[in-house]
Amino acid sequence: MEKRVVFRSAWLPWALLAPQIVIITVFFFWPAAQALLQSLQQADAFGTSVEWVGLDNFRALFDDPSYLASFKTTAIFSVLVAGLGIALSLMLAVFADRIVKGTTLYRTLLIWPYAVAPAVAGVLWLFLFAPSIGIVSYGLQAIGFAWNHLLDSDHAMALIVVAAVWKQISYNFLFFVAGLQSIPKSLIEAAAIDGARPWRRFWTIQFPLLSPTTFFLLVINVVYAFFETFAIVDASTQGGPGRDTAILVYKVYYDGFKAMDLGGSAAQSVVLMFIVVALTVIQFRFVEKKVNY
Amino acid sequence: MQTKNTAVALAAGLLALAAHPAAHAQIEIQWWHSMTAVNGEWVNDLARDFNASQKDYKVVPTFKGSYEESMPGAVAAFRAGTAPHILQVYEVGTATMMASKGVAIPVGQVMKDAGLPFDQSVYIPAVASYYTAPNGQMISLPFNSSTTVFYYNKDAFKAAGLDPNKGPTTWPEVVSAAAKLKASGHKCPFTTAWQGWTQLESFSAWHNVEYASKRNGLAGLDARLMIDSPLHLRHIENLANMSKQGLFVYKGRGNVPEASFVSGECAMVTTSSGFLGNVRKNAKFAYGVSALPYYPDVPGAPQNTVIGGASLWVISGKKPAEYKGVATFFKYISSPEVQAKSHQRTGYLPVTTAAYELTDKSGFYKENPGSDVAVTQMVRKVTDKSRGIRLGNYPQIRTIEDEELEQVWGGKKTAKEALVAIVKRGNELLEKFERANKGR
Repeated sequence: MEKRVVFRSAWLPWALLAPQIVIITVFFFWPAAQALLQSLQQADAFGTSVEWVGLDNFRALFDDPSYLASFKTTAIFSVLVAGLGIALSLMLAVFADRIVKGTTLYRTLLIWPYAVAPAVAGVLWLFLFAPSIGIVSYGLQAIGFAWNHLLDSDHAMALIVVAAVWKQISYNFLFFVAGLQSIPKSLIEAAAIDGARPWRRFWTIQFPLLSPTTFFLLVINVVYAFFETFAIVDASTQGGPGRDTAILVYKVYYDGFKAMDLGGSAAQSVVLMFIVVALTVIQFRFVEKKVNY
Repeated sequence: MQTKNTAVALAAGLLALAAHPAAHAQIEIQWWHSMTAVNGEWVNDLARDFNASQKDYKVVPTFKGSYEESMPGAVAAFRAGTAPHILQVYEVGTATMMASKGVAIPVGQVMKDAGLPFDQSVYIPAVASYYTAPNGQMISLPFNSSTTVFYYNKDAFKAAGLDPNKGPTTWPEVVSAAAKLKASGHKCPFTTAWQGWTQLESFSAWHNVEYASKRNGLAGLDARLMIDSPLHLRHIENLANMSKQGLFVYKGRGNVPEASFVSGECAMVTTSSGFLGNVRKNAKFAYGVSALPYYPDVPGAPQNTVIGGASLWVISGKKPAEYKGVATFFKYISSPEVQAKSHQRTGYLPVTTAAYELTDKSGFYKENPGSDVAVTQMVRKVTDKSRGIRLGNYPQIRTIEDEELEQVWGGKKTAKEALVAIVKRGNELLEKFERANKGR
């Protein structure tokens, strides 16, 4: 039996919703509408001449093989970032959940990277992996591995994935720790009494009970990989070598802010918007069915 | 003694403060620039010296990020009505600035309105022509113009048994020098910064071949890239072979590779003449500067190299009195003395002939061998193929060049495939630019 509270007043619910609606309109609907408009225009940098070009910007995009290739790059990048990010932070959270001493210190340290700006994260990892001066690449050379992300696409992809995952791990970790703490201890103890070892207890009890958190993080991490990683790419590889790390959002940023092609950039962000909407719908329709609340 | 000195200094400071005409309102001139490190200090010094030289105007220089960042910043500011008076724009942005009608006021106009004499003919032709509209009017003030030169590590040359007093003049000589450097244990014999600018743009002008049609874009918006020629192909193939043999080591885009020369890791580099100030200050070894290498069997080579660097644009929509200040400032920084000083300090080109002659007369070039290389590469009679390159959507074309060339160095594409791709992708952008700006 569902319990519902119903407002008797006609205006109160709207008044309560108003702040949220205003914020969404100003920060989401308005810019999104602007992007839609601009994607149909061709304008010079300073906006002194604007011409309506219909769907030309989109046509130009899909005629460009390198744009199509960047879908593949983005897919690989997002799967790696979301997958590794969630797996690693889940592992860290499970460990953190089991330790007895120094829990606060351990947790605090793991939360720190979240306070680092993406561009800084990109530069940080760039220094570590710089082919001639980076400490990590130096170590890799020492064991006979020739690291060169300037010319090797796989290395470059690894670099941005590492930076992006590292940046997001803290966020995921926080949610997983909270999720693990909300699982009743009695369930785990009962399983332990029944003879289930930690590995078994994790897969049969903790992991299924964490599924709402994991699902939430999956959605968040995919959005993160799609939208918030351009600064990392810009600071570390600039999309290179070639265009092998030019993920979709980086190209939006580059064309709009550096090359000042607002029409082309807006068209790309519209495409990106549709992709993320579609992905989120898919996640909610299909993946969410596997979630136990 | 110490205290007394301090007291005197304090008193002098107070006096200076009191003498400052506080009642006389100074007109502030905002100047956005992209100069970092030693060049940033130079810009600040220019403004400070100008401010000290007169009382009516105060130029306020503000660092607004790299060239690529400051221009979009100015675009946003212009749209919001808070643009600066003076904006430093890199050469790559020139076509965009020129095409945006009503954004900038031609320098000639600013000077004329202020009643100050302005003679375009005092500027070095290869520099002035780049910033001149097809109708002959100078649009922006050449400020820090540079060109591409060749730097080499004399100590490394000595160690490899090469003549440290003579840099390689041709590409075959570069290859053999690189081979000797490698044999002597050098891990990075040669690298290049600004690969599109040095290896394609300047390379074209230096060999007197077209980089793009329509006089490299100076004569019209319908210019198209022409860098899939046999000579370009030969050069990129040559570099690709050097890369395979470990003679050329790719160190990244833009000016990033410069650090590997200063640190001593790479022994030879082709990059901007504006890099000299950095080398002079930071290199812990003897260095040499020489002209860009060329292929000796190409008729007409070496011609001249093209300019890079930036110019100062006057943004519209300000008060007449403020423009008078801008004009006064421009007159100050264009004077032969200030120009010559700037040139000697930074390694950027002298933008007026008088500044060049003044520097020459002072004996600076004799005392600082190599500092005249950039100048002698530029002060030649230019041809239609070597006057300069001005294309729309140029920043993106440079990026395309980076992307495609990286695939050649990485062995993923042949030189031919990459050059054809640059032309094809670049021309699409040029068509787009032509369409967006036609009929003006």
